[in-house]
Amino acid sequence: MSELENPNENIYSLTKDEEEILKPKKDFFIKGVLIFGGLFFLFSLYELNIDYANLLEGTGAFFAMLIDMFPPNISEWAYVLPAAIESLQVAILGTVIAVVISLVLAFLAAENLAPSLWVSRIVKGFATLMRVIPTIIWALIFIVAVGLGPLPGVLAIAVHSLGMLIKVFAQSVEEMDEGKIEALKASGAGWIQIIAQAVIPTVLTALMSWTILRLEIDIGESTILGLVGAGGIGWELMRAMRSYDFNSALFITMVIFIMIFSVEMLSNRLKLKV
Amino acid sequence: MNPILQIENLDKVYPDGTVALSNINFSVYPGEFVVVIGPSGAGKSTLLRCMNRLIEPTNGNVIFKDKKINQASARQVKQIRREIGMVFQNFNLIDRLTVLNNVLHGRLGYTNTIKGSLGIFSKKDIAEAEEILDRVGLKKQKYKRADELSGGQMQRVGISRALAQRPRLILADEPIASLDPASSKNIMDHIYNICTEDKITAIVNLHQVEVAIKYATRIIGIQNGEVIFDGQPSQLTDRIIDEIYHNRKPPLVHAQ
Repeated sequence: MSELENPNENIYSLTKDEEEILKPKKDFFIKGVLIFGGLFFLFSLYELNIDYANLLEGTGAFFAMLIDMFPPNISEWAYVLPAAIESLQVAILGTVIAVVISLVLAFLAAENLAPSLWVSRIVKGFATLMRVIPTIIWALIFIVAVGLGPLPGVLAIAVHSLGMLIKVFAQSVEEMDEGKIEALKASGAGWIQIIAQAVIPTVLTALMSWTILRLEIDIGESTILGLVGAGGIGWELMRAMRSYDFNSALFITMVIFIMIFSVEMLSNRLKLKV
Repeated sequence: MNPILQIENLDKVYPDGTVALSNINFSVYPGEFVVVIGPSGAGKSTLLRCMNRLIEPTNGNVIFKDKKINQASARQVKQIRREIGMVFQNFNLIDRLTVLNNVLHGRLGYTNTIKGSLGIFSKKDIAEAEEILDRVGLKKQKYKRADELSGGQMQRVGISRALAQRPRLILADEPIASLDPASSKNIMDHIYNICTEDKITAIVNLHQVEVAIKYATRIIGIQNGEVIFDGQPSQLTDRIIDEIYHNRKPPLVHAQ
């Protein structure tokens, strides 16, 4: 700020020598993190003391089991297919609930729209809390609260997805050109009008692709949720494995694969559209 | 004649300590076409945004039609803003919406929250928006998406949006800085003619002195957040222009 002390000096003068740029200091932080990460990896490898012979043996056993699983037993399709559909329903319901709620909360979380920085911080903190607890833990919590069945699954997916969607929706809104918000503000529009007429149309494609991505993840998660008793196809898989009915387990696995794969195909098509 | 806008002892200091405006005083009378000139970073944009309180002034008063904007409640500020149209350098249209819809945004302040949010406007508003588009020569483009227009067309939509407010005052922040020379002339002609015909007062930020001299009824020169010239275009001598643009003091915004 030394120039300010001499306001008459013309700092734009072309005759004045250019200021020498100092060589930037090396960033020791990144280097330290990398070195620490490498050392920790080696330490873990040593400390966990993995028996590699076991790994080899296990691979053999694994393939033996795979062969054992053939052919898939499709006789129980009448139970498996409805369960698959239930998983799909749980995922869709959970995702839709999360999208609707996050659409309200994301605008409170986005710093360029939040009524105050504190509101933004509180909503973001709340979102982080929901996000860091995995869906399966949420499912266990909700099973205690509301009992077994699809409901805890729906709630678990809704809560965990909400945590992520608030964050990514708010980020999309924050990346938006401030001028567009300013323009509507200047015309006397209110907060809700600005969101509905300027923000949503501008970030719509981002919101849609995040929603599709989240639905994809949630379909995967809803199949897993069955394992802890939150209904759906995961529950069927669990049952088959427990009774060593590997042939049924293979069929169920194939159904899950087809389900997730087709959703991914569909969402890829959708993403091309938006 | 009472001034439409009075600026009294206006200061703006940003939280990082940058002094953007210091002790600005002037009054704007109805029908004036005021052009504010000055180098980049002189505080022109900040000054304009203090007028409709998009930026909160640190000290001083901004009085629009005898109402102190700086002391108004949030609700009153919205009502005052309805009467002040604003035109931007980057147009700030909503890309995915139609031209007509963008113009109708100028009516949001007069439309209730739910209808406005859903984009439901009265027949009268729509007819008026179409009339304004006709005036700027964009009637045929009304159903085009805003991002399909050229820069000059976008700015005409920007002007139309401001006009849809039926404003008493138009603030234009570098309206031609992103346009080619032909479009620039077209846009300045539109702003000037419309303001003259409709008796709208205008305050326009520009950095091209020739353009300022051509259109302005009054020129205000700003440097380092202070008014260093306020008078008629004929009084603006080369020496003063030089003072505004060349003998710069250290810039307001320090690269940090």
